[in-house]
Amino acid sequence: MITGLGALTQDTPWCFSQVKGTVEIGATEADIISTVEFNHTGELLATGDKGGRVVIFQREQESKNQVHRRGEYNVYSTFQSHEPEFDYLKSLEIEEKINKIRWLPQQNAAYFLLSTNDKTVKLWKVSERDKRPEGYNLKDEEGRLRDPATITTLRVPVLRPMDLMVEATPRRVFANAHTYHINSISVNSDYETYMSADDLRINLWNFEITNQSFNIVDIKPANMEELTEVITAAEFHPHHCNTFVYSSSKGTIRLCDMRASALCDRHTKFFEEPEDPSNRSFFSEIISSISDVKFSHSGRYIMTRDYLTVKVWDLNMENRPIETYQVHDYLRSKLCSLYENDCIFDKFECVWNGSDSVIMTGSYNNFFRMFDRNTKRDVTLEASRENSKPRAILKPRKVCVGGKRRKDEISVDSLDFSKKILHTAWHPSENIIAVAATNNLYIFQDKVN
Amino acid sequence: MAGAAGPAAGSGAAGGDGDDSLYPIAVLIDELRNEDVQLRLNSIKKLSTIALALGVERTRTELLPFLTDTIYDEDEVLLALAEQLGNFTGLVGGPDFAHCLLPPLESLATVEETVVRDKAVESLRQISQEHTPVALEAHFVPLVKRLASGDWFTSRTSACGLFSVCYPRASIAVKGEIKQYFRSLCSDDTPMVRRAAASKLGEFAKVLELDSVKSEIVPLFTNLASDEQDSVRLLAVEACVSIAQLLSQEDIEALVMPTLRQAAEDKSWRVRYMVADKFSELQKAVGPKITLNDLIPAFQNLLKDCEAEVRAAAAHKVKELCENLPIEGRETIIMNQILPYIKELVSDTNQHVKSALASVIMGLATILGKENTIEHLLPLFLAQLKDECPEVRLNIISNLDCVNEVIGIRQLSQSLLPAIVELAEDAKWRVRLAIIEYMPLLAGQLGVEFFDEKLNSLCMAWLVDHVYAIREAATSNLMKLVQKFGTEWAQNTIVPKVLVMANDPNYLHRMTTLFCINALSEACGQEITTKQMLPIVLKMAGDQVANVRFNVAKSLQKIGPILDTDALQVEVKPVLQKLGQDEDMDVKYFAQEAISVLALA
Repeated sequence: MITGLGALTQDTPWCFSQVKGTVEIGATEADIISTVEFNHTGELLATGDKGGRVVIFQREQESKNQVHRRGEYNVYSTFQSHEPEFDYLKSLEIEEKINKIRWLPQQNAAYFLLSTNDKTVKLWKVSERDKRPEGYNLKDEEGRLRDPATITTLRVPVLRPMDLMVEATPRRVFANAHTYHINSISVNSDYETYMSADDLRINLWNFEITNQSFNIVDIKPANMEELTEVITAAEFHPHHCNTFVYSSSKGTIRLCDMRASALCDRHTKFFEEPEDPSNRSFFSEIISSISDVKFSHSGRYIMTRDYLTVKVWDLNMENRPIETYQVHDYLRSKLCSLYENDCIFDKFECVWNGSDSVIMTGSYNNFFRMFDRNTKRDVTLEASRENSKPRAILKPRKVCVGGKRRKDEISVDSLDFSKKILHTAWHPSENIIAVAATNNLYIFQDKVN
Repeated sequence: MAGAAGPAAGSGAAGGDGDDSLYPIAVLIDELRNEDVQLRLNSIKKLSTIALALGVERTRTELLPFLTDTIYDEDEVLLALAEQLGNFTGLVGGPDFAHCLLPPLESLATVEETVVRDKAVESLRQISQEHTPVALEAHFVPLVKRLASGDWFTSRTSACGLFSVCYPRASIAVKGEIKQYFRSLCSDDTPMVRRAAASKLGEFAKVLELDSVKSEIVPLFTNLASDEQDSVRLLAVEACVSIAQLLSQEDIEALVMPTLRQAAEDKSWRVRYMVADKFSELQKAVGPKITLNDLIPAFQNLLKDCEAEVRAAAAHKVKELCENLPIEGRETIIMNQILPYIKELVSDTNQHVKSALASVIMGLATILGKENTIEHLLPLFLAQLKDECPEVRLNIISNLDCVNEVIGIRQLSQSLLPAIVELAEDAKWRVRLAIIEYMPLLAGQLGVEFFDEKLNSLCMAWLVDHVYAIREAATSNLMKLVQKFGTEWAQNTIVPKVLVMANDPNYLHRMTTLFCINALSEACGQEITTKQMLPIVLKMAGDQVANVRFNVAKSLQKIGPILDTDALQVEVKPVLQKLGQDEDMDVKYFAQEAISVLALA
């Protein structure tokens, strides 16, 4: 088990490990990373991008003579998961952008993951092959045809070793079940089902069955004019196969128990924090919309991200979060311009570290934030090319609000809102993090000597 | 060439001097690796031919090792391979060498695709029977152990299906080991494996000694039935059935019933659903006494469960449950303990529940007899015939025969008619389609008089429905009615009405006339066809719409065999010849086809 406490102290700072993706500034739209996810062992790291591609990185075995390069991640497999499509019935373009990737628990020597765009979820198998059959009856070694009359004996092909080849094959396509855009997929702890959530509905699938799914949540009102909220994210409990949560654009979270009934239109728990009337403004509703919800590994807590804060809720207390962390409170005064440039609708995600003691989420200007739940310390770090020297220690960054700017501080007005960190991932058991900054993937780890 | 003949010569059936018979086999072997899946599949399906040509020794030393490493292929190829290997013992040299088939099947038993794994397990089970007891312990049991302790859960799930085939033939010491392995799979970390173990618990119990069932299987069963995962608990319900079959009444009461009672009241609706779904099997397994004491109250609860899925599953079982009750006292039990709950369900809020009930409720009539049916069931049937959900009404109508036998249909006909009419005119065409399909049945039950009076007009109205599927079903319905009521009836009631449509301004309706003639001609016989139908068909050959004309050609082809030669030569031939010169390509095509089929050229 890792110690979350040390992760943020000066003694064991974060240092740069790797950066993936092109250095050039003019990266294409298709290269923008849209999701990042470690598998259950942390051995593999998958990213999806707006071009519909999935890239999987594999951690190299640690070698004794290169101590400082411990466990770097290198490309293992790249494949085109989704293609752009056109829905002719509705005259709608369906983007190929990968919205989410989820790994399945490993079941045999191959790896399996789910990837989804707005409409279709696919199950991919990533497997290795290191042998190749050799020897034909009707052809010789160079592939020239033999005269059939010369065949006097039968040859059975023999398998010979070859260079390792990694193949990605689509195993299942789960389509035609979502009218709205899929925002989340989550694998159940029973290993046989998963759910997919769109703006108004959540469906439950069996991995083996692609032609039917069960609708477990439907919040679509009979009259769409009465629509007041949408589903923004959904996730299964890590251990209790019957429990899941979903968050809404109104800043609330509902916990449902699938044991109670087939259609979970009545929640078991409803998490909501009463609004502070003094903070009420035109933007209150927008900024309270939850962009991500995550169960802690222990299953005891849920974490939600809204525009300005991260909140941690105890499953046993519905009326308010037990912890609230300000991610970038300095933006409160800039909401008007963030509304005008649409940034206020950015969907930031959040992650737990392996022991649930630290949480991480993104911000603007390629900054990302970490909060230590025990020491209540927090830190702002930056993913940038400038300090991307091997083992370079990341310097904490500070944003200043007032007129006086100290050295090393950056003023709110000079933040670059086009550089946003929406997607991050934390290794399941070690202090290794992956941070997606537009088209680059940064990997950082805690410094060890 | 002389040198190449050497190695093959001694080893098999087809060795020897460069003969032609090798070539097709060589192609098959090469196509095992063809890029086209269909060709690979074809080769795998002929694996026995390849093996036969190679002979037993080369099959063992070359073909099987190659196949063992070929598990990269498409599922359908792997599935075919798994199936082939189950019947391969003869081709590797008989039972003494059956163990050579284990390695390829072992690797197939670890793939992720369930159907392939299941097939591999099935083949392994088959092959296990061909092992001698010694070979079983030397080769097969170690394989089961390897799978059972494999790193990946796919191999452990496959292992679950193999215990029951090796246990009966193993020595005492090995039996102990086998039980130990099974026990540990029942408490495996991954729910997948526990599910596999739970689903094989019953079959494993069957091969165990009764003492072991009580002392070892029952605790495993109890544990699985209280697993934290719903998906594991619900499989334990199935195991209930097999285990209860093995035990005495006393033991069932003591060892199984506490768990079953708990399952019937499980917090998760899926587990309760499973109890409802398996109710008849459970009822048979625990016997009449426990059924009366325990299952009936449980069933009552399931019928008023808070989850509609559970109520629907229970409603489906009402008839079977009642049928399986001991005849003595059955009527009283149903009347006092079941019927009150059924009455509630008739007005359930969920339409699936109501329609599930409607699909079986008529079956109670035969069990309860005439008086009870009239007094208690009839009001329910009548209420269901007026239900707002068409499926409920349909289900009642489709089972009318059960009631007809008991009380005659007249009791119902007053309510039946409005229900049928309403369904016949339902806005959803699938509902209309469903009721059409029951028309011949209804006609048989209600008799020709009632039919002519009330339903005939409906049947004719469907012929001009705006949905093709309805018009199509309506024509085949007419055919079935003619078969039931006879040609005279057809001539008087149906044929004139059908033929009138030949002059309809809508060409789709004119085509319906042709489709009806196609369907009716055979049932009506030569006379009606020649005298009444043929003139109309021939007249329509001059229709201005090409679709009508080529359907005339098709109709003529269809009714041609019923006509006599005279009519064919004198009347049909000239018309077809004319259509054969039609300006429309399709008309020409079908006319010429008809000419050649009827041999009129």
